[in-house]
Amino acid sequence: MSEIRKEAACRNAFTQELLKQAREDKRIIALTSDATGSVSLGDFSRELPGQFVEVGIAEQNLVGISAGLASTGKKPFACGPASFLAARSFEQVKVDVAYSGMNVKLIGVSGGVSYGALGESHYSVQDLASMRAIANMTVLLPADAVQTAALTRELVSFEGPVYMRMGRGKVPCVYEGREHFEIGKAYCLKEGTDLTLIAAGEMVDKVREAARELEEAGIKARVLDMFTIKPLDEEAVIRAARETGAILTVEEHSVCGGLGGAVAQTAAEHCPVPMRILGLPSEVLVGGSSGEIHRHYGLCPSNIVKEAKKLVERK
Amino acid sequence: MQTKELEKKAVEIRKKTLKMIFEAKAGHLGGTMSMADILVTLFYGRMNHDPKNPRMRTRDRFILSKGHSVESYYNVLADMGYFDPKELEQFSRYGSRLIGHPNNKVPGIEVCSGALGHGLSCGVGMALGCRMDGLSSYIYVMMGDGELAEGSVWEAAMAAAHYGLDHLVGIVDRNMLQISGTTEEVMRLENLAEKWEAFGWKVAEIDGNRIEDIRKVLDKLPLEKGKPNLILAHTVKAKGICFAENIAKWHHGVPNEEQYAEALKALEEEERRLKE
Repeated sequence: MSEIRKEAACRNAFTQELLKQAREDKRIIALTSDATGSVSLGDFSRELPGQFVEVGIAEQNLVGISAGLASTGKKPFACGPASFLAARSFEQVKVDVAYSGMNVKLIGVSGGVSYGALGESHYSVQDLASMRAIANMTVLLPADAVQTAALTRELVSFEGPVYMRMGRGKVPCVYEGREHFEIGKAYCLKEGTDLTLIAAGEMVDKVREAARELEEAGIKARVLDMFTIKPLDEEAVIRAARETGAILTVEEHSVCGGLGGAVAQTAAEHCPVPMRILGLPSEVLVGGSSGEIHRHYGLCPSNIVKEAKKLVERK
Repeated sequence: MQTKELEKKAVEIRKKTLKMIFEAKAGHLGGTMSMADILVTLFYGRMNHDPKNPRMRTRDRFILSKGHSVESYYNVLADMGYFDPKELEQFSRYGSRLIGHPNNKVPGIEVCSGALGHGLSCGVGMALGCRMDGLSSYIYVMMGDGELAEGSVWEAAMAAAHYGLDHLVGIVDRNMLQISGTTEEVMRLENLAEKWEAFGWKVAEIDGNRIEDIRKVLDKLPLEKGKPNLILAHTVKAKGICFAENIAKWHHGVPNEEQYAEALKALEEEERRLKE
């Protein structure tokens, strides 16, 4: 019988935590590009209008203004749909924020294929790769609402540019009761010796479920939540390669240059082992609900189990 | 500084800038010279700033959005004491922080630029931030005219008017030329004053190479309470460099020895004239 699981949306957890922090720290400024609703910034804008800036549908300006605010000592959180924030304002992120060393937090909501049937224009499945390629950027992808709130708290005192992506809908709670996550350190959800499953974001819950099924089949899978895509916890990856001899990564992102690419780069340089990268193919993606899209491309526990078994055989 | 002193300073900065470009064999001669009089008037005659304390909280701020014109900007900053003028010899050299576009590792430079169309948004953010802190600092953003084809400029223009940022001063170096030819051939900008007015800015048109005009308009800031300010500064590209004035190909380029000597001679004559 399946357990009853709590569910909550990461974006709500983010804005509630940001509002809490902003009541205490007047330097926190929330900015958005006509996305008060989709980011869930309604409460924030009503309660702290002096710390809220609406820029209209203008993502380049959103990021440029944030950089300017940061240079006056503010702590801007630039929030918008991940698809537009990460792609439309890429050059502002590169020059105004990262190259200029501005303390701007970029918050991409409804990332990956969260927008479901709205289609390819609304998907952000290149953002981890593009943000990862920018010098000075930290890239985060929290797994659930608890981790999102904890990382939001961290971001308030974290100096430097960060891109944090989260999904749209409610996701199962993975970390009930946990208060703290260290940026740059993978979180080990389960020890194992036969292979390592590495995931981030909504995929963490799915690999956790896959690991339980594998356990029943006699395969002991280690599970790592790599919520910091950059800087990657290379030590955890190398240890996983050495100690378990195979790595399977799962991400709601193109297979080009995201979590799998980052892990493979580290493994290839330090301890090459058989690997499998599960993600979205570099092609125009199918439409549907996000759950349907995940299943279509095998981003579901049953396929993760199948691929894990094949991978263990390659060892 | 009074007008006469500022005029002398502008010639001195042009001479130093020309020398730097000639010796480094690199630089954007045209745009750095067309804006030199405005730059000198701002830094020596208008802005509240302190080279010994570049991060002074109450400072006015300057953003060179047309980042390729960095040469005279570096010379002004060095001359004012932001860094040792000897470092200018390192311009464009291997490992130097004085690279070909503004780099905020150099004291006095607020934000890195070079990709066009970014500066005004950063200026909007600075103006908002200063206003939130109750500061009366002015934020000056120097833009090129060719740069105005970037859509992001107009995103920022809308936001500045929407938020009534009357301490934000956009300056357009209207020298009519860009790398491929005249601005009107490449991508028509006129009527530029009407465009800015339509976006909610208060516009003043001046001769951007006449220091008296520049001073007068800066003394009137804010031009209208509750509106961002746009100074449409009509200038001559490569102003003061006799062989290059008003020629599109001198957007960038390095003079040969003969041209260098000729331009230097003309600038020295101008210097003598101003001393009389």
